[in-house]
Amino acid sequence: MKNSGPNEKGLLRIENANKSFGGVHAVRDVSFEVQEGVIQALIGPNGAGKTTLFNLITGVFPLDTGHIIFNDQDTGDKKIFNLVSMGIARTFQNVELFTGMTVLENVLVGLHVRTKCGFLGAIARLPNVQREEKEAREKAMHWLDFVGLAHAANNKAGDLAFGWQRSVEIARALASEPRLMLLDEPAAGLNANETGQLGDLMRQIRDLGVTLLLVEHDMSLTMEIADRIVVLDQGAKLSEGTPREVQADEKVIAAYLGA
Amino acid sequence: MVFTLFAAVIICTGAALEGDYYHEQLLTFIGIFTLLAVGLNMLMGYAGQISLGHAAFYGIGAYTTGALTVHLQWSPWASLPCALIMAGVIAYIVGKPTLKLSGYYLGMGTLGFGMIMHVLFREWTTITGGPNGLVGIPSLSLWGLDLSTGRNYLYVVWGCVLLTFFICDRLVNSRVGRALRAIHYSEQAASAVGVDTAKAKLQVFVFSAVVAALAGFLYAHMVMFISPGTFTFLASVKLVAMVVIGGMASIWGALLGATFLTLLPEHLSVFADYEMIIYGGILMGVMIFLPQGLTRGVLDIYEKFRAKRKGTVED
Repeated sequence: MKNSGPNEKGLLRIENANKSFGGVHAVRDVSFEVQEGVIQALIGPNGAGKTTLFNLITGVFPLDTGHIIFNDQDTGDKKIFNLVSMGIARTFQNVELFTGMTVLENVLVGLHVRTKCGFLGAIARLPNVQREEKEAREKAMHWLDFVGLAHAANNKAGDLAFGWQRSVEIARALASEPRLMLLDEPAAGLNANETGQLGDLMRQIRDLGVTLLLVEHDMSLTMEIADRIVVLDQGAKLSEGTPREVQADEKVIAAYLGA
Repeated sequence: MVFTLFAAVIICTGAALEGDYYHEQLLTFIGIFTLLAVGLNMLMGYAGQISLGHAAFYGIGAYTTGALTVHLQWSPWASLPCALIMAGVIAYIVGKPTLKLSGYYLGMGTLGFGMIMHVLFREWTTITGGPNGLVGIPSLSLWGLDLSTGRNYLYVVWGCVLLTFFICDRLVNSRVGRALRAIHYSEQAASAVGVDTAKAKLQVFVFSAVVAALAGFLYAHMVMFISPGTFTFLASVKLVAMVVIGGMASIWGALLGATFLTLLPEHLSVFADYEMIIYGGILMGVMIFLPQGLTRGVLDIYEKFRAKRKGTVED
């Protein structure tokens, strides 16, 4: 196992995070760490604050109090695109693709923070821009190949089956060369077969050295692939540990059974 | 390749129209509107941001060059960069706060801006000549060559169109263009993959304003007289209609939309009092039957026709 060892500093550290929307205290005093190189899952009943926490980590909205530290840097004052170039990528619960663009173009947009060409560069199209574009296309094709969709590169993203759209989204996130990838319910809407493939894909991504943090409702998938699990309930952290530890935790059982 | 062909078509048309003043002028106007439409299309069609005040930038271009050449006797070639920069700077100042808005709110914001500029054109009499307009704008000439004749000016305008098309085509098929289209489809996702959406939107807004100012410059030195009536809210709406009718997110759609909406009133004038009703009816018809605009619609019909001939239409 690559994880554990409390002395090792986590790639991502959440420290006493708080967030309220009006009167709803969506995230209350949550602290945990994500070690580099693991697959960590965030689970909890509906309304537990999982997606809110995702949006806080990816900079969609700011924390009320507390800190989120990525790679030893406080992310509090960073814009979303800064966080992406620091190495945080994400996918969405409902798959947010650029539907009218081709699959390849979608992944190319994922390379945005790793390429430079600006407005004038695009117009002048000097050799360095051409080279960058060519390399970008090669990289994008590489990631499409990685998720098994190289054959669909020129299809419109919106025309693909749902399972494939999810893979495109993962390829797009990978294209930004993240160190941490957040997957918001990656198995939602997939059939059993696709879910199995997704599990394999996530392991392959981890083996590339990318740390994964996922929110997932599919318990069998979560228990099978996660190295570590954090359980949230009503905005607060309920439990944390290996899948086996979490499954045995009575507080978790109570929360899930509504007892 | 396409651009070479396009240039050849322009040159041949210009040659064929030799001496036909009415059609030369009509074609020049189409060129000016194409410029406006293609610039607006970069903003609306590609980046998905609506502007209901684009005639203001058209006016800023025209009045800047008008004021500099009439009041200060500048050469038009010196006032050209000033006109473009003026529009760009104003677009930057206006766009910075307004582009934080989206949808209807952005529409309202730009609409308000357009109206303010129109009032300014009408009331700032010392500079703009007020409601009476600005008279005595010089025509263009270059190294002793008179560019004001029908055919020469047609070439000047369409040369600008060609150059703008070329620039837009390169922008669209680049990292920048992809980011803009990404914003159109999902601003949330575009920002999540690291596109600085505020910056990208502002850049394309400034770009489209500069193109509109170029059109304004060409217009001012063509008719040599400008008045506020040209740069009203209705003009802005007409530009939006050109983009939508021609086809969003298509450079050639802007050409088609501008041509269609410039020629239509010319040919409908025979209906006299009923002109506006028929004009409106045609626009409604296009939007109902070809909701993707003329470019896409015509292509779809062509593809369906081809498929039918091959006997592969299944439904």
